[in-house]
Amino acid sequence: MTQALIYALTGAVLFMLGVRATLLRESLLPRLLALNICGAGVFLIFVSLAYRGDSLPVDPVPHALVLTGLVVAISATALALALNRRLREMADE
Amino acid sequence: MNNLLIWPVAVPLLSAVLTLLWPRRSTWIGVLGTTLSLLAVVLVSRQVVESGAIELALGGWSPGLGIALRADGLSVLMLLMSTLVSMAVAVYASVYISRSERRSEFWVLWLLLITALHALFLSGDLFNLYVTLELLGLSAVVLACLGGSRESLQAALNYLMLGLLGSMAFLIGVALIYAGYGTLDMAALAAAIESGPTAWVALSLMTGGLLIKSALFPLHFWLPPAHSNAPAPVSAVLSALVVKAALYLILRLWLALFDEVVTQTAALILGLLGGIAVLWGSWAALQAERLKLMAAYSTVAQVGYLFLFLPLLAALPEGTTRDVALGALVLLALTHGFAKSAFFLAAGVIMQRAGHDRIAELGGTARALPVTAFTLALAGVALIGLPPSGSFLAKWQLLSSVFITGQWIWLPVIAVGTLLAGAYTFRLLGYAFAPGEGVGPSLSVGREEIPAVLLALAATLVLGFWASAVWELVPISAYAGGEG
Amino acid sequence: MAMSVWLPVAILLSSFIPGVLIFFQPEERRRLRTWLNLLGALIKLLLVGMLIWGVFHEQVFESRWTMAPGLEFVLHADALSVLFVSLSTLLWLVTTIYAIGYLEQTPHRSRFFGFFSLCVTATVGLALAGNLFTFVVFYELLTLATYPLIAHKGSPEALRGARIYLRYTLFGGLLLMIGAVWLHTLTGGVEFVEGGILQYANLDQSTLRWIFLLLIVGLGVKAALVPLHGWLPQAMVAPAPVSALLHAVAVVKAGAFGIVRVIYDVYGVEFAAELGVLTLLGAVAAITIIYGSLKALSQDHLKKRLAYSTVSQVSYIVLGTAIVGPLATIGGLVHLVHQGVMKITLFFAAGNYAEALGIHRVSEMDGVGRRMPGTTLAFTIGALGMIGIPPVAGFISKWYLGLGAVEAGAAAWVLPVLIASSLLNAAYFLPILYRAWFKSQSAPWPADKTAGCVRELPDALLWPPLTTAAMALLIGLFAAAPYSPLEWAELIAGREYRQ
Repeated sequence: MTQALIYALTGAVLFMLGVRATLLRESLLPRLLALNICGAGVFLIFVSLAYRGDSLPVDPVPHALVLTGLVVAISATALALALNRRLREMADE
Repeated sequence: MNNLLIWPVAVPLLSAVLTLLWPRRSTWIGVLGTTLSLLAVVLVSRQVVESGAIELALGGWSPGLGIALRADGLSVLMLLMSTLVSMAVAVYASVYISRSERRSEFWVLWLLLITALHALFLSGDLFNLYVTLELLGLSAVVLACLGGSRESLQAALNYLMLGLLGSMAFLIGVALIYAGYGTLDMAALAAAIESGPTAWVALSLMTGGLLIKSALFPLHFWLPPAHSNAPAPVSAVLSALVVKAALYLILRLWLALFDEVVTQTAALILGLLGGIAVLWGSWAALQAERLKLMAAYSTVAQVGYLFLFLPLLAALPEGTTRDVALGALVLLALTHGFAKSAFFLAAGVIMQRAGHDRIAELGGTARALPVTAFTLALAGVALIGLPPSGSFLAKWQLLSSVFITGQWIWLPVIAVGTLLAGAYTFRLLGYAFAPGEGVGPSLSVGREEIPAVLLALAATLVLGFWASAVWELVPISAYAGGEG
Repeated sequence: MAMSVWLPVAILLSSFIPGVLIFFQPEERRRLRTWLNLLGALIKLLLVGMLIWGVFHEQVFESRWTMAPGLEFVLHADALSVLFVSLSTLLWLVTTIYAIGYLEQTPHRSRFFGFFSLCVTATVGLALAGNLFTFVVFYELLTLATYPLIAHKGSPEALRGARIYLRYTLFGGLLLMIGAVWLHTLTGGVEFVEGGILQYANLDQSTLRWIFLLLIVGLGVKAALVPLHGWLPQAMVAPAPVSALLHAVAVVKAGAFGIVRVIYDVYGVEFAAELGVLTLLGAVAAITIIYGSLKALSQDHLKKRLAYSTVSQVSYIVLGTAIVGPLATIGGLVHLVHQGVMKITLFFAAGNYAEALGIHRVSEMDGVGRRMPGTTLAFTIGALGMIGIPPVAGFISKWYLGLGAVEAGAAAWVLPVLIASSLLNAAYFLPILYRAWFKSQSAPWPADKTAGCVRELPDALLWPPLTTAAMALLIGLFAAAPYSPLEWAELIAGREYRQ
């Protein structure tokens, strides 16, 4: 259980670091990275939840959730990057 | 018969796919898809009215593993609002967007947005809620930047980032709930959740995330630029529906799932934020120089009103009085949905005709565009909360709850908010009805003016005189834990 | 459906439907618009006639519609409603004719007549409201319907006047609503019942006093009680038919009628006296009566002088309500009608002076009687009635108010107020009459638009003031006749003090 707890706590710390940077940073790219770190923290928490002791097989539900979450996170990141690129193109014109 | 539940989600989703396949027919598919979604929602509503809450486990997977869809009174009301508003907006957009070369993109995203909204209102488990919330956020962001201007892109990007942050907070709350209770099915959770640190932290995180999305003061700052710079039909659904989705989730969480966790203090804090939002949003709307910006700030204020209900609901004992207050909250949300979408559509008509939406230069609108000026007036009546609009009834019940609970503090907030709303509405109408040449002369009633005026009439007349249905539907709950 | 259910609804619809239809008529369809207007007004008159007959024979007319849990939309006709409904209906017909003549050739007539009809719908709704909730609904609707009428000309002054009107009335409406919700929450529903309901409700008396204050201040804004009267002199920028309707039937009367309703049919006049709130109200009414008259004295602008006179005269109604006793009640109620008929005459006449000769000021009126004898005759009858000279109707009101004060033992302060006010009325009306009839024209008319015409004005402008002046004379002369306003006020007073 302790090992899972370490993972979960690390996830929580990552989440908080990410939130802090998302809110405080000015330019988009670091903020986007920070958001992804947030996401990584959340997924880490989910994965650590799947562990149910050595005798039991891992819980599949959190894994499924993380997979879905990853897809969402990637799409959102791609969208943000695309928007950012469009903005910079406009600034160049 | 419960298979009905799949249609409000499946119809718009399939239509979105079809639009991708036949982009040249996108307008037709878009309007038709929206119409069929309306039909699906009406069928579901009839079923709920006749036989109470209904549930469907998708693909036969039991709740916990599979996707559960549930419809009860609250979801049906939200569904009806969103489908009726989107129907009117779709008709409007079929004229408004048809001049744009990006119309097929619009219709795909439009249908996806409806899919997400409907799925959200029907979703029976927390993780699905997260997915629908993200789908909703992403399609809303892309729609918001279809205008293509620099401001709209910047605002949409900001909206996206904050929305993502909100969803992350929501998701971590979902993780905590799963850790604590081993299930994400909302009906099971409604019975299981008890007061404790896990529930507390989870509720705070989820609520915090949703507050960003519902733009409660002081997390409202992203809303005015995003809503006011989007194309008019998009602004309409963003303000009328997308914001309400987050609010709907807060209601579900606070009233059904976490009803034993919520404390009076927590509710009071949200109420206070709501109160500040009412005052600040109305004040900012009064100062706004542009019509759409004014409408966006008014949304900030109206969201505030909805949060004023939370401390009152928390103080009222479960039973008829609380159901009455809850019904009033829902009625206010519905009225605002119709009124604000009408308002944004009317603003769009003016923008297309005049080429700008600067309030001080709107002289002559009433003569050039009488139907649109009338729409603004009707929507304004609903925003102030004057009879015979639905919000008048809601405000009456809100005041009544204030007197019942003795929470006098809300009385000045409601009073000042009402007067400020009157001030900004009539400031606008004063300009619109004054003589002037700000808006070019009209040849005939535009086809896009009709849906707007119908929405405004729905807010001021239909929801005023036939509002009892709201109070009949609200107590039909799919979640045993609370009234939700 | 039984007639008792549909009649109140039909009375509302008889002006609502024409109003909505008129909105959609293009400007140039003058004939159709006129037909719609007159047809609506005549149908309403017919329906109200049926209502009067029914209520006199103690038939119950009531329609109910649940709008929300505990909130019922109730239309109910009792004797008091009938008094106000008949006044509005009759004067609406006359004013419509006048307005058709007055607004000839001006822009936005469809919009004007649309809102005009909605305004009357709201007024009639107020009269027929069967509970406080419905009353609040129509009270706010009246604000919405009158605002565009005041702003109608679209000039900066008109918009300013409308804005001030709106500020006052939205504020008043809000206070009324807060008071109404509070009372509604305490009692579970506030139906208007002759004799009142609160004396049996066993509620905290100081709470009831606070609620009374909220309600009366909310209503006092429209009734133009000092110091809430500021909007009324500003609102005279509206076109003459609007001013006439505003001062005689719609807005000001709505406030006064509301005060009557709250005191008689919610609190109960004896219970209100027991709470001690009537003394204060009586004092406010007395101050308003004197203050309005004093202000009227110094106005050279004719419509402003009439506006301040309204401030003063409407408070006679409030005064009659604040004095406990059937005779004072009769005096106040009958003045609701009498003031309306007389004041509408005066405003029609003022409109005619402006329309024919461009006269807006009292100082421009020298010798106008010879040029416009018909209009000035009507004006004279209205003015004499306002002063209280028999046999014009105003005398009856003052007579009963005086008797009521003696009956209630309040003669010591009411009679001086009545006498002072009558003297002041004379002081601001008689000079006008003197100028009009006995002085000769001293300067050219400001804008002589009827030079060379054989008649002084078109029929549609001349006959309405003559008709209402004749009414003012007749209801004074035949005050004791059956179905006269006095008779009807006695019927109401009898029912209010029945128990």
